[in-house]
Parts: sequence; structure tokens; C-alpha cells
Amino acid sequence: MTAVQPHPAEPSPTRDALEVGTTATTVARGRSRVPWRFLAGRAGFYLFTLWAAITINFFLPRMMKGDAVDQYLSRNRNVSPEAADALRSLLGLDTDKSLLQQYVDYWGLLLRGDLGVSLLHGLRPVTEVISQALPWTVGLVGFATVVSFAIGTIGGAVVGWRRGSRLDGLIPLTTFLSTIPYFWLGLLAIALFSVTLGWFPIGKAYGVGMTPEWSAEFVGQVIHHGTLPAATIVLASLGGWMLGMRNMMLTVLDEDYVMVAQAKGMPNRRVLWRYAARNAVLPQIQSFALSIGFIVGGTIVMEMVFSYPGVGKLLLDATNAKDYALMQGVFLVITLSVLVANVLADVAYAFLDPRTRQTEA
Amino acid sequence: MTTDLRTEQAPQVRTGPTAPPRVTVRARLGSAFAMFRNRKSITGLVILGFFVLVAALADVLAPYSPTQVDHTARFEPPSAEHWLGTTHLGEDVLSQVIHGTRGVIVVGFLAAIMATIIAIVVGVVAGYLRGWRSESLSALTNVFLVIPGLPLIIIVASMFENPPLVLIAAVLGLTGWAWGARVLRAQTMSLRNRDFVQAARANGEPLWRIIGHEMLPNLMALIAASFVGTVTAAILGLTTLSYIGVIPVNTYNWGTILNWAGAQGAFRQNQWWWFLPPGLCIAAIGVALSLINFGIDEYVNPRLRSAGERARAMRKRGLDVNDPVTAVRTTTSAGDDA
Repeated sequence: MTAVQPHPAEPSPTRDALEVGTTATTVARGRSRVPWRFLAGRAGFYLFTLWAAITINFFLPRMMKGDAVDQYLSRNRNVSPEAADALRSLLGLDTDKSLLQQYVDYWGLLLRGDLGVSLLHGLRPVTEVISQALPWTVGLVGFATVVSFAIGTIGGAVVGWRRGSRLDGLIPLTTFLSTIPYFWLGLLAIALFSVTLGWFPIGKAYGVGMTPEWSAEFVGQVIHHGTLPAATIVLASLGGWMLGMRNMMLTVLDEDYVMVAQAKGMPNRRVLWRYAARNAVLPQIQSFALSIGFIVGGTIVMEMVFSYPGVGKLLLDATNAKDYALMQGVFLVITLSVLVANVLADVAYAFLDPRTRQTEA
Repeated sequence: MTTDLRTEQAPQVRTGPTAPPRVTVRARLGSAFAMFRNRKSITGLVILGFFVLVAALADVLAPYSPTQVDHTARFEPPSAEHWLGTTHLGEDVLSQVIHGTRGVIVVGFLAAIMATIIAIVVGVVAGYLRGWRSESLSALTNVFLVIPGLPLIIIVASMFENPPLVLIAAVLGLTGWAWGARVLRAQTMSLRNRDFVQAARANGEPLWRIIGHEMLPNLMALIAASFVGTVTAAILGLTTLSYIGVIPVNTYNWGTILNWAGAQGAFRQNQWWWFLPPGLCIAAIGVALSLINFGIDEYVNPRLRSAGERARAMRKRGLDVNDPVTAVRTTTSAGDDA
């Protein structure tokens, strides 16, 4: 409760009314104060979560049966036992160190930005492999998420405003689309638009034989290949945005200030967008910030169905081949992005809604 | 379905000799199920009940064994013998879908029961306690909320050669409880300061009684909503994992049927009888569960229902709900109602 000082009932005689100001001035002054305890609490939580995630990440592969070298050997028969041992020590799989020592080493390597090498991708550094896949995922899924959020929120505001009309039917429809499993929707889209109608190519990010470059032809290819995945993501995630916005609109439209705005003859457009939607959008913005985090990790299925060369497909391939270094790296990147998105969500919410700062601080 | 049972029992209870105490039991039951007593929830429960029945009676209902191979009838479209056609090995798709229901229902409910129990314990305790214990439970919840579920499940499930259904349900439940716990904690914190809880504490009621008798009935709607949400998430998770192939394909559920269909190119050769029914079944269960949740939402927040009804009633009278003039009239009519 440090953010807003209670307004003194009687201004003290030494200060005149102009200096003390109204309640609004008090709030405005309180807003500039930084809620340090609140910030420290959040920072502590994120550091703890980061530590927990990295520790889980360390232990996961060590709990798994079989190791990457065994898998590698079964694929490449002409590797001598000495070479296999060398590989093991290169990958940090030699077990003559204690678990604690391995854990300390892991942290040391991590802080230096060394995520190890990937067996699956010809011993290239994991960071390099991931940074190659990341732009594809972030570009496609990020674009689809923004589009879905925009359509869903604006649509939800309109549906909530025209409550009781035929537009209410949109809600069950979009909910239906978000309850069917995504991979099935994607496969149906491929069967219909790629196989039967032949409008879009089947999977991959660009045509066979192309190399990534900044040319009109290549960009056209990427758009052509990305349309179907992006459209299915938008369809599948639209329902949540629309339902959330519509439910908030119905609650906000019952507030007195909306009625006052209408009663004083304000145009409906202004009441809808400046009064009702502006307040109803707050929880939406927080969920949007959270969904940014799931852009990286939440679309493993999309990348599998459309064989899109992104981070999710990397994780699946790494899991199947027991390529621990790559698996750990991908999981770390996914967790980090979720954490960063949570920080963003916190900041956005504290910035937009002063009430959170007051109650939490 | 639960509602039907209860209304049948109701008259007996009323005519019973020990009426007063029984009526309270009935009233308690009634208020516990009040959130399901609307059209949306009942429709959802009926659809869900249908699938539960199919899962229970799978052996009786299925015309063939799901793994019965018939090399004379491969890739056959629907016919009188095979209502939903056959697979690449001549297996009956309808029988596979019926048997697949069992895995989906069992895993969905097991995972949701585990997740809900964890959510109730962690959420209510974290909401009731104060200080570092509450904070640390809350931090634990948030860690589970932040750690991405599907990648973790994929990694964990691939640790086992042949994971049994119970284990998959446990993994889905362990990764799915955090959201419910967070919601329950917030609600418990607000309940803790209400007068009736304060009064119970002043009366010297033991902790288990305050939580079990004073708080839990007020949390039922939230618990039900988080349970239903977890069932949906678990079913989607299970079918997705089965489709990806992380879960072995010899345990039948709708996801594994789709895995086989995808691997055999059914989607590319337009063998719709193979890939449409399992997907539609998942969608049907998903719709049923979200209908139940809509009903609970409208019970918790009556504005969601009344807003549409009021607007429709006004339109019948030739008024527009968003017209400023009618907005004034709404207040008068609402005032009459109240």
C-alpha cells in the first residue's frame, strides 16, 4: 500500500490547497514511485524459476535410458571403441565424475554460452543449430499469433457489444474450432487444400532446391508455404481470444461509466472502443504477453504436421535420436522465452493497470 | 444424467420419516450440482455420458476385435459389414474407434482427478496459510505454470520404452494442475477474510472443518471448472502424443488410429472414413466439455447469460440495447425486476 498515500482529510495549514492538490494529483504522484518490494519479489521468483528449469533440464537426460553415443553407433557402424569413448568425453557423458561435479560443470558451460555439440547435426554447436531454426518458428508462429489476437479481440468486442444478436453464434463456432486437436485440423487442411485442390504445397518452409536468400522469388515461396500453417494456427487459437474478450465486454458493459457515457449522448463507436473495449482488453493483453512465450514451444505439432524446419521439429528429432545436448538446448530456449514473456506480461500489466501495483506492493 | 438421477430421488427424500436432516442433505446436493442445472451443461453431460457408456461397453458394442486382420478387405470404404470402412490391414475402423474411447476416457479422467486433487491441496493450503509457506507453495505453482508442458511430456514419455496408460495419465496430471491451483488460491485468499470464515475461526472450529465445510462448498464451481478444463487438456495431450508417436501405438486410442492413418497416407489418398471419425470424436468430447464449462461460467458470472437474454427481450419490444435512450429504460425495467 505504499504506492498511494491516503489523502489527508484536512490540509495542514502550512500547505495551501494548490500544493496538496486533488486525489488525482496524489495518484499521479504515487504512480511515479517505484514499488521496489514488488519488483524484488518478482525478480526473486523469476530467478528461482530459472534455476528450477535449468536444474530439471540438467537431470532429464540423466534419467533417460540409453545414451546418444549408443544411438549414434547404431547408425554409424564404422566407429572404433576408442572413438566412441572420445565422443563420450566430448559430450560430457563419461560417468567418472560425481553428479555434483557434472552439475557445476554444466552451469559453468551454460554461463559461457556453451550448449555443447549436436550429434544429430554432424557435431555442430547446439547454439548454431537452434539459431538456424529459431527465425522460422518465430516468424511464422509470431505472425499467426498477432493476427489471431487482433481478429479475436476486435471480433470479441463487437460480439460482446451486439449481445443477443446472431453474432453470438460465432462463439460456439470458434470454440468448436479450438477444441478439435490441432494436428487433425492441419492434416485435414493438407488433405483438402494441398492434395485435393492443389492450392498450397505440402509442408516445408520453401521449395526443394532453393537456398535462403533475400529475393522476391524466395520470399514468395516462403509466403506460399507458410499460408496454410499460419491459417490453421489462427483458426485454432481464435476461439480463446474471442471468448475471453466477449466475456470481459459483457462484464464491463454493465458498469455505470458505460451507461453514463451513453446517457450523455456520446457516439456509440466512442463508447464501444474508448470506454468498454479499452477496459475489457486488459486481461487480453496479459494473456497475449504470455502467449508470446508459447510461440517458441507451443507449436511442435504444427511443425511436425507441416514438416516446418523450426524449433519444435528440432526437439522432436532430438528426442527420437536421444541427442541430449540439442534436446537440453531446445528445452532451455523454450523455457527462457516463456520466462521472458512472463516478465513482459508483468510489466505490461503493472503499466496498464495501477491497481495491480497497489495490491501487490 | 446426474440431474435425472437426483430428481428421481427427490420425492422419496421428501416423504421420508426423518425429513429435516435429509432435506439439508438434498439441499446440499442440490447446491453442489446447481452449476450443472442449465441447458448447456446438461447437453454437455449427456454427450460425455454417451462416450463413457461406449468406453464401458466397448467389448459388447464393437462388432469386431480392433486388431482383427482381414486381408481380403483392405482400404474399404464404409459398407454394411464395416460401417466405417477398413484400414490398410483390413481392421474395422468402427471397432477401433469404440475401443479407442476407453483409453481416452480413462486417461482423461485419471489425469484430471490427479491434477484436481493436487490443485485443491496446494491451492487451498496456499490460500489459507500466510507468510513464507503460502509464498513458497505459490512459487511452486508458478514454476509449474511457466515450464512448458508439451515439450516436457515428450521428453519424459520418451524415457520409457512402453509407458502404461496410468503413467501417461500421471505425467499429464502432474504437468496440468498449476492453473487450477492458482485460481483456487486466489479465491481461497478472498474467502479467508469473509465474515463466516472469521466466525467459524472465532468459534474454535478445527482447521479441517473450516476448509472442508466452510470453504470447499464455496469453491465447488471453480473446482469443477478446473476439473473440466484439465480433462480437455489431458485428452488433447493424449491424442497429440499418440499421434506424434511418443506413446506406443499398440494401446488403442483415437490418437493412435490417426497415427496409423497418417503413416499409411490416408490423408493423401482421401480415405476419409479412416481419419474423420476419430477426429470428430475428439472434437465432440471437446465440445461437450466446453459446454459444461460454459454452463459453469454462466453460473459463476450470471451476466454472461443475462446480457444476451436481456438484449433479446428488448429487441422483441423493438428496442436496441446499445441505443442511449433505451439504456435509460433498461435501468427502470431492471429496477422493477429487482
